[in-house]
Amino acid sequence: MFNTLQDLMLHNKSITYVLMGVVLVCFIGFWRFLTGREERNRRY
Amino acid sequence: MSTEHTKNGSLFTPFNIVAGIILAAGLVVTVMRFTMGLGSVTNLSDNNPWGIWIGFDLLCGVALAAGGYTTSAACYIFGFKRFHAAVRPAILTAFLGYALVVFALNYDVGRPWRLPYPIFYQQGTTSILFEVGLCVFIYLTVLFLEYLPAAFEWKGGFDKYRSILVKLTMVLTIFGVILSTLHQSSLGALYLIVPSKLHPLWYTPYLPVMFFMSSMFAGLSMVVFEGTLSHKYFHHKMDEDYNANYLDLQFAFAKGAAWIMAGYLAMKLLGLSMDNRWHYLFTGYGAWWLLEVVGFVVLPCYCYAVGYRDRNIGLVRLAAPWTVIGIMLNRFDVSLIAFNWQLPSAERYFPSLGEIIISLFVVTIGVLVFKFIVTRMPIFYAHPAYKDSSH
Repeated sequence: MFNTLQDLMLHNKSITYVLMGVVLVCFIGFWRFLTGREERNRRY
Repeated sequence: MSTEHTKNGSLFTPFNIVAGIILAAGLVVTVMRFTMGLGSVTNLSDNNPWGIWIGFDLLCGVALAAGGYTTSAACYIFGFKRFHAAVRPAILTAFLGYALVVFALNYDVGRPWRLPYPIFYQQGTTSILFEVGLCVFIYLTVLFLEYLPAAFEWKGGFDKYRSILVKLTMVLTIFGVILSTLHQSSLGALYLIVPSKLHPLWYTPYLPVMFFMSSMFAGLSMVVFEGTLSHKYFHHKMDEDYNANYLDLQFAFAKGAAWIMAGYLAMKLLGLSMDNRWHYLFTGYGAWWLLEVVGFVVLPCYCYAVGYRDRNIGLVRLAAPWTVIGIMLNRFDVSLIAFNWQLPSAERYFPSLGEIIISLFVVTIGVLVFKFIVTRMPIFYAHPAYKDSSH
C-alpha cells in the first residue's frame, strides 16, 4: 500500500491531524460537560 | 493491630490471622529466594527476566504512590490550602509505597548490600534505569523528610529539627514534583528499548508521556480510594479539619482525574494513529487493548465526570478503585501481557506461587506499617501541641 516512507508518514500524519482536531473539539465539549453545573455548586 | 487487639480483646482477629499467614509464607519464600536463588521461587527466565516483582511491585507501586506529589503539589504549589489535612496521609502512603518498592527490588536484584552501588560506586549515567534508580533514591529521601515532622511530633523533643523541616516544605514539594516527573516518565521510557518485544498497540514513542500522565490520575485515584478506606477504618483518628474538607477533596480530585484521563485517552489515540496501528485493533490483542482503554480509562473517566458534575460521591468512590485497577492492568500489559507477545505460549511468563506470595507479603507489610503509624502518629489529625504550626 505504501511505497515509500514519505507515503506512510503522509498517510499517518493526515489521519492524526484530523483526529487531533476532533479531539480538541471534544475536549471543549467534555470541559463544558464537566464544569456545566459548577455555577450552582461554586465549590472550585 | 493494636487497635483491634484492644477492641476485641484478642490477637486472633480475621485481619490478623490472614496477615499472619501471609507474613509467615512470605518469610519462608524470602529465605528460599536468598539461599537458593531466583530459580527456586520464580518462573523468570532469559526470555522473561522481569516478572510481577517488576510489573506489580515496582511499576504499580510507583504509579500508585504518586498521590504524594499530586496532593502536596495541589496544596502547596497550586494553592488548595484547604486540602492541607489530606497531605500527610498521602505523603505517608507515598513514602511507604516507595520504601516497599525498594524493599521488593531486593528480591529481584539480590545481594541487598550492593543496592547503593549504582548511586555511590559505579554510575551508569547513560542508562535510563540509572536515572530511575537515582530519582527513586532521592525521592524516597524527600518523602522521608516530608514524613518526619509527624514522627517528631509523636515522639516529642525534636522541635528544632521539626521546625527546620516545616520551613523546607515548599522546597521538598517542588523537589518531589520534579523527581516524580522524571522517574514516572522514565519507567515508561525503559520500554522504548524493546520495540520488537512489546506489542505494537502498547509500544509507542509516547510511552514516557503516557506513564507520567497515568501516574497523575493514579495518584489522585489512590488518594480518593485510600481516603475512603481510611474514613471507614480510622474515622476515630480524624480531626474536624480533615473531615470538613474530606468531600471537597474527593470531588476536586475527581475533576482533576477526569480531565487528565481525557488527555491520556487522546495520547493513546495519538500513539495508535502516528504509527498506523489501527489494524491491530481487530485482533485478540486489540480486544484486550480496547478492554483496557474503554473499560478502565473511558468508563471510570465518565464516572468521575458525572460524579463531580452531579456531586455524586458514590460514583467518585466507585471510579477510584476502578481507575487503580486500570492502572495496574496497564502496567501489567506493558511489562508482562503484551511483552514477548510473539513467543509461543509455552515460553510465555506466568508468575509462580512464590512470586505471588512475595507480592502479597510486600503489600501486607505496607498495610501493617500504615496501620501502625496512623494509629499512633498525627497523620489524620493535627497534634494539639503543634496545631497552629502544623506541617
